[in-house]
Amino acid sequence: MTDDQSLRVSKIENGTVIDHITGGQALNVLAILGIDGTDGEPISIVMNIPSDRLGRKDIVKVEGRELSEEEVDVLSLIAPAATINIIRAYDVVEKHRVTSPDAVSGVLECPNHNCITTENEPVESHFEVLEDGVRCTYCDTIIREDLAAHILAT
Amino acid sequence: MRHDHIISAKQLSRADIEEVLDRAADIAADPSAYADRHAETLLGLLFFEPSTRTKMSFTAAIKRLGGDVVDMGPVEYSSVKKGESLADTARVVEGYADALVLRHPSEGSAKMASEFVDVPLLNAGDGAGQHPTQTLLDLYTIRENAGLDDLNIGIMGDLKYGRTVHSLAHALTNFDAHQHFISPESLRLPRSVRYDLHEEGATIREHTDLDDVLDSLDVLYVTRIQEERFADQSEYRKVAGEYQIDAETLESAREDLTVMHPLPRVDEIDHDIDDTDHAKYFDQAHNGVPVRMALLDLVLGGDQ
Ligand SMILES: [Zn+2]
Repeated sequence: MTDDQSLRVSKIENGTVIDHITGGQALNVLAILGIDGTDGEPISIVMNIPSDRLGRKDIVKVEGRELSEEEVDVLSLIAPAATINIIRAYDVVEKHRVTSPDAVSGVLECPNHNCITTENEPVESHFEVLEDGVRCTYCDTIIREDLAAHILAT
Repeated sequence: MRHDHIISAKQLSRADIEEVLDRAADIAADPSAYADRHAETLLGLLFFEPSTRTKMSFTAAIKRLGGDVVDMGPVEYSSVKKGESLADTARVVEGYADALVLRHPSEGSAKMASEFVDVPLLNAGDGAGQHPTQTLLDLYTIRENAGLDDLNIGIMGDLKYGRTVHSLAHALTNFDAHQHFISPESLRLPRSVRYDLHEEGATIREHTDLDDVLDSLDVLYVTRIQEERFADQSEYRKVAGEYQIDAETLESAREDLTVMHPLPRVDEIDHDIDDTDHAKYFDQAHNGVPVRMALLDLVLGGDQ
């Protein structure tokens, strides 16, 4: 364990490593995935380490849980360069980039306070993913900047 | 027409629109042929904010088709007052009616409510969002007076908050229409609407001065600039004054210019225009009945 990287976060036996997260977005990544540590699973977070590609990047490791592609694609909204590594017995058995989903449900809160999805109704927020932002399917409001600020509190 | 619900003008294709307008023209030509078409049919009216005119127009439409209404009445006396969700209200009332008409102050309310009901739901206005039946009667009026293709239309006034404007602009992208938007800078079309119009490949121009385009227009659609959009009254008066028209304004317009307005108006169209051939806003309001009859006839299965 002399490798500098390994000192920061040890290898995990089984689980998911999300690498190449836009620097500073690790906590938002966890928020989007609804992972808050209350289930007792070990979670490691490194933030703002140097990256050739991104300048600085974050890494999140979630032990004992394999995140599905569907679950992680939503991360493309705030961390478009993120890579997902599924680990079994210390080996990477699957590796892929996040891809942009067509739509995201229940992840973002509509910034339009007059939108029906912000009221006490049995409906989840639903955004269509555009090339450069997202659009509320109910009220047509478009969010282009700082999507992380609109993550629904869970 | 293959829509269960009428939520937004955006969902309507050119063929859908023409089907409604053709049916409306047919109804207007011979209303008696439709008088018993929907006997026994009950239309549920869910008006969560007052809009007497729209409600009367829908009521007249279903009654002229032989049907009747069941009306939730004012919100103050309903279960909504006790905190019932819109989803629940819609699910209860769909059991009383063959179709629902919803007016609600929140954007997206009609789309959401439609997801909870099996009977056709017609959006009669959702906050600052969509108002498709107003759009259809606007299109009908434009078609009757100027035609929908090779059209030069100016849309003037409050383009930021005016939902009738957004809905109409979307619908016009189905036709060969050049759209000119005339408003003060602070009330120009919202970004989301401009985005959609560009996506649809619409030809649009924005202006701050009516004189820049007036003489090229076939139709001038005027909307009201509301005082509550301005922080101070003097600013409102100054801006609103620049977007009022009277007979003198129209001297440089084409002789066959059609002037429209969703009504009610306050002072944005002077009464001295009312007696000119330009004025079509009362016809426009009257057209709401045959157009809503046509739409109801189609969603209720008039072809069966
Ligand atoms: Zn919304």
